[in-house]
Formats: sequence, structure tokens, C-alpha cells
Amino acid sequence: MLARVRSAVIHGIEAHPVDVEVDVGRGLPSFTIVGLPDAAVQEARERVRTAIRNAGYDVPARRITVNLAPADVHKVGSSFDLPIAIGVLSATGQAHPQKLKETMLLGELSLDGTLRPIVGTLAVALAARKTGITALVVPDGNGSEAALVEGVGVHAARTLGDVVGHLETRALLPVRHAPPFDPSTERGDGVDFSDIRGQSSARRALEIAAAGGHNVLLVGPPGTGKTMLARRLSTILPALTWQEAIEITQIFSVAGLLSAGSGPVHVRPFRSPHHTASSAAMVGRAPARPGEVTLAHRGVLFLDELPEFHRDVLAVLRQPLEDRVVSVARIHSTVTFPAAFMLVAAMNPCPCGHRGDSRRECLCTPPQVARYLSRVSGPLLDRIDLHVEVPWILPAELLSAPAGESSAAIRVRVQRARAMQRARFAGTPLCNAEMTPRQLRRHCRLSETEQAFLRGVIERLGLSARAYDRVLRVARTIADLEESNDISAAHLAETIQYRAFDRPLRLLG
Amino acid sequence: MSPPETIQIIGRDDPAYPAALRVIADPPEVLYVRGTLRDQDGTALAIVGSRRASAYGLAVAEWLGQELAWCGVTVVSGLARGIDAAGHRGALAGGGRTIAVLGCGVDVIYPPEHHRLMAQIVEAGAVVSEFPPGTPPLKHLFPRRNRLISGLALGVVVVEGRDRSGAVITADCALDQGRDVFAVPGRIFDETSRTPHRLLQQGAKLVARVEDILDELGLAALRPRSVAGPSVALEGVEADVYAQLGLQPQHADALAQRCRLPVAEVSRALTLLEVRGLTRALPGQRYVRANVEW
Repeated sequence: MLARVRSAVIHGIEAHPVDVEVDVGRGLPSFTIVGLPDAAVQEARERVRTAIRNAGYDVPARRITVNLAPADVHKVGSSFDLPIAIGVLSATGQAHPQKLKETMLLGELSLDGTLRPIVGTLAVALAARKTGITALVVPDGNGSEAALVEGVGVHAARTLGDVVGHLETRALLPVRHAPPFDPSTERGDGVDFSDIRGQSSARRALEIAAAGGHNVLLVGPPGTGKTMLARRLSTILPALTWQEAIEITQIFSVAGLLSAGSGPVHVRPFRSPHHTASSAAMVGRAPARPGEVTLAHRGVLFLDELPEFHRDVLAVLRQPLEDRVVSVARIHSTVTFPAAFMLVAAMNPCPCGHRGDSRRECLCTPPQVARYLSRVSGPLLDRIDLHVEVPWILPAELLSAPAGESSAAIRVRVQRARAMQRARFAGTPLCNAEMTPRQLRRHCRLSETEQAFLRGVIERLGLSARAYDRVLRVARTIADLEESNDISAAHLAETIQYRAFDRPLRLLG
Repeated sequence: MSPPETIQIIGRDDPAYPAALRVIADPPEVLYVRGTLRDQDGTALAIVGSRRASAYGLAVAEWLGQELAWCGVTVVSGLARGIDAAGHRGALAGGGRTIAVLGCGVDVIYPPEHHRLMAQIVEAGAVVSEFPPGTPPLKHLFPRRNRLISGLALGVVVVEGRDRSGAVITADCALDQGRDVFAVPGRIFDETSRTPHRLLQQGAKLVARVEDILDELGLAALRPRSVAGPSVALEGVEADVYAQLGLQPQHADALAQRCRLPVAEVSRALTLLEVRGLTRALPGQRYVRANVEW
């Protein structure tokens, strides 16, 4: 007897339909799985055999063959346990499911026959809708997540028995409803910009960064609050849209970072990998292991101690910074993960960390400082629009500094600036940081006087020539924050302050 | 590229040999010179001090170099980092002459980042050494060259120095050679004030204006030519920010807090002031007043 059950496999962060075919026939007793299964899928045999027995059914001593089609796609993960088990029960005549054609099944089995949550359920639900499948049976812990997809009836089951009952239409499982989504109410782990006193220019720079989607580099002595500042950037970014929340939830689900029973992600992610991270940890691994750049999608990727990262790790960041996606090649296939993150990097001003520090003397020689700074030069620096020098503040000054503005107040201005950009780029989700050179020339036009002013400043202060376009980009955002259509000399003058790396002498002193 | 310029070798019998050096206790047999030595370099003053100088010290050295240049006095120093380089730069900025005495061969660029500065000095003065070309910068050679720095000058101004500073050696040489020693005071708690303050206690002349030096050396006729201060009248935020700038480096945040202005406006004003040459940005987005007037 042959049974066919529908399921899916995760590839990248997307799911692809897989048909699970189970044949029970004559021959020496055996249980074989074919169709490029990985170790976790192979082990399904033992889980399925035991779970079926403990659920009160029987695995006959016959030749059982499981084929996972299409046969040339690698099958990974533990979610094939349930479809294989249902296939075996159906092929042996122990169950008579009616709804196998229109239902997709996935779930990991425990030895006692209960279902355990799996990764990537949301991606499967999205794939199910695309292939015209109307119902999905998933483990209980994944119900809320799958229910986010409209147009697919999601049934959450606790045990193998529940699933059999549902498919035989004896005891139908209720349809799950999507949990509420209101990203404006929830603000992460309770951090807020009002926690930070002083640091007014760093706050201002982060506001500009958030408004235009610019990448930022924070330079300052240890203990000046660079990490604190970076952590708060995601609290002033615009609230998540439904589409963005789905994207993030899908990624988190595939990465297994979604806790069981949780609905959509409400908060923009903040990822801060350690500087010993490998390039595989950064960009991810095929077929279905998203890296840090993908986990930071639509949020903030924070790299503390930027010069300490391995050179090859910094090199692999170039593609995601440029293309907003990252491609990971494997022998047979290439997986593309989304990676539209904002980069916030932090570094000390010199090897000892105390250059420009009022507390302690810096003992680094100019060549040492130059060597240290040169570690982050080049293509990576080219993608960072704002460079901010964060000062160390005396405790006394810190106490007398005015309490900081709240994230909510800053976010209002950021959202207004983003609205200007949406109108400019005709409804596309582009922000100023993503302008192409052509758009830049079109939207950042300067009058004769401003052009002469900027040329003069660049020449007078010894800025590198490529600073010109970068300055325009940031000045555009500053103008947007003031809801001004024209870029003025004042906007340009302020931008110059955030381009320290264009002025080697200022950093070297 | 200009043709490779020559290194002159000037023996002690050569009329071009600096007269001031002939009279010191152990004058070098030969001098290797890039650039030119002139008769007017007889009226010279040495500016020496710490390699790791404060922003204040650097500003003083540069200002002093410039004022001396305006008076037609040649500035002698050692091309080291910190005060030495600031003294040379000040003289160059004032359009005057300056001589760098090296502790290595005159064709060896040390420290390497002074590559351009050295070229400018060859143009507007001379780079001098008693060590043959190719001599690497060895530690023990530097104290020896210090006697030439003082020897070439009528006096030595010590700007900053910690305990056991090289500037002490130069000051001692100056005394042995019968040259005047001047010192610029600093703040008493700063380590960099140790050497100048000790010298002042021992009788060095305190320098607060360039006239203090000229009077002592009997050069009172050489008054600095009057210099136009910030010729442009400042207005609004720029004026407020400029008023708060001093020789103590201040971060833009601190300036904004003092001016009670949003940091965005202060940042804009700082760029404009910097373009006009009225302030200078130091590492860490800290600002000092440039073009100091006394």
C-alpha cells in the first residue's frame, strides 16, 4: 500500500513543498528513507517507530520505504517525523485519513507520540499558501506563528493521535487565529534614549542615522557608552510594518529563535556578535542556517571593537551592505538570505584607547595609530556615512548634563523624515542611504553657492575627494529632518562634523 | 619631480660653517646640510620640548614659532614629534626660516610622518646633521645633537617637558655654551610643566610674550609686525561658539552645553570657524582656538 503526505523543507529562509511517499510492501522487514535525507531525517525512523507504538498503533514487520520527493533536494530537520508517521499509519491501513490532499503536515515526534515544536513553520505556511494548500497541521507550539498567514487554515495538534483524529474527520482540530500585532506599544527590553545623559552629538548623529538609514561608526575611548548608544538605535527607528514583522518572524523562526507559542516579532532586532565570530557565523550556512547579518534584518547589526574582527569577516560584510542580501554558496546550490540591516560599528580611537581622552594620556605613536585606523579603511568605510567621535565625560559633567530626550520623541522626527523620503522615492521603501548615484544627483542638487561652499570646505579642511557624495547623502537626511526640500550650507556644515575618517589629520592629530 | 637635491658637506674651515658653532666646546668637524644656511641664521632661537605635548604646549610652540618668524628670527629645533614639529610649523606658517638638527643622517626621514614637514624645511631653511648620510636614528645620538640645537641659537625656549626630558639636556648645553635659557610656564599639576617650571626656579627667563625673549637678547628692535586678528566680524552662533573656545581642547558636546545651544547648530558653527582658520579640530572631535592673540 502506498500513501502520499504533503510536507515541506526549509531552504534559505523559504520553504519548498516535499511529498512524503510511504510504501509498505513484502520483503525482509526494513525501514528505509531515501531522497537526500540528512542525519536528523535519518533518525526519524527510530522516533517514528517508537512514537507510533506508544500512541497505541503498530509498526508491522514489513518492508517500509519512505521517499522524500523531489529526490534531488537536500532534506534537513526533524519536521518530517509527523508526515512519515501518518504515511506509515495510512499505508498499513491503521488510519484512514480523508484530508491528506489539501493538508500539509509537519512536526517532530517525541517517543511518547506527542508533537514537539519545529523551526521554520511560518516559512512553510507562506509556501503552503503559494502552492494552493488550504490547511496546515503543526505542533501546538508553532500554531500562533503559522496562523499569521492568511488564507491557510492552521490546526495545532498536541499528539499523533490528535492528528489522526483530525485527518479522519472524527475529531476536528479548531482553526488557530493570528495573535494581535501592535508594534507601537512594545519597545523591546525597556531601553530608552532618555537613559543617556550628555553625548548630545552622538545622539544627534544616531537620530540622523535612523532618519536616513545610514550606517554609523562610533569612535571613542572605552567606557564612554558606545554600546549603550548603539543598543538604543533600534528604539528610534520607525515602528515595524506588518510586512517587515513577517520577514523578521520568518527569519527568527528558521533560526529557532522564536520561543514556542509566540506570535510575530514586534521589535526591530539588535544583534551584536563578538569580534571572534567566524565568517560563517556572520553570513550563515547553506541550506538553512541564517547568520548574524540576516538575524539583524530590518534591525541593527552592532560590531563592537571593529578593528578586532578578522579581516575576512569584515570582507564578507561588503555584499550585504551593498546588496541588502547575502548569498551563501554550497556545492550544489546557492542560498540567498535577506540582510537589510543598519550597521553600527564601534572602535577605540587608537590601540590603547585613550587618544583624545581627558582622563588618561595616550602612549601610542602616530604610526601605531595610523596602522590601527587603517584596519577599517577602504570598502567597508565607504559604506559608513556617519563617523561620530564619542567623548568621555567627567562624572560631574554627566550629572549636570540635562536628561536625555525620550526615544518616542526622537522617533516622531525620524518618522517625519522617513515620510519625506517615501514621498521623494515615490512610495518605494528606499531611504537616503540607499540612493543610487543617479538618484543622488537628482535629489541632492545644490545651488551654485552651496556647491562652491562645499568644494571650499573640502579643499580647506583636506577632506578626501570621495567625501563629496557621502556628505550630500547625509546632508539630504539632515534637510529631511527639518522638512526642508533644499540642502543648505548649514546642513552641509553639520555633515562635515560626521566625516572624521575623511580627515586623517584630525584622527591622527 | 625636482632633481635630487644635493647634500652639502661643510667643514669647520668653510666660511659657510655657522659662526655660532665655532665657539662651542666640541664643534662637529663637518656638517651635512640639505637646504641653505644663511648669515641671517645667526639670529636664531631654539624651541624645544616634549614629544607627547599637550594641546596647550603645541599651540604655544606654534604661536612662538610664528611670532619669531615675523620678527625675522630663525627657529631651530629637532624635527621630533610634538613641540619640535610645532615650532617648525609655526616658523613656516609665519613665512620665516627654520633649521632642523637631526640625530640621524639628513637623508633619513625620522619620524616618518614628518616627510612633508622636512621637505618644507629644506625649502625654507636647512636640515642639518653632524652624522653622515644614511645614519639610522639611534637612541644615543639624540642627546649629542641637542648641543647643536642650542649651539646654533642665541637662546633656547623650553615649552613643555616631563621629568628627565630631553629638553633638560638641551637647556644644560645652552648654559655650558653661554646661551640664554627661557621657559614657558604651564599649569602646575600638569606633568608636562615639570621641566619648564624647574628651569624657571633655577633662573630661566619666563616667556609670556615674544618681547620677553627679544628684550633679553637685546633684539628689542625686532618688534613683531602687527597682525590682523580674526579680520571677519563673527555673528550669532559662530561668535558664541568662538567665545567659548580656548587652548584647552573641548568636545563639541561641551561647547554646546556651555553655549546653551543645540549641538547641531554648534557643529555647523564649528565647521565654519574651522574653514576660516579660527579653530582647529583635534582627535576626538575636540576643538581649540587657532590664531591665538595675546
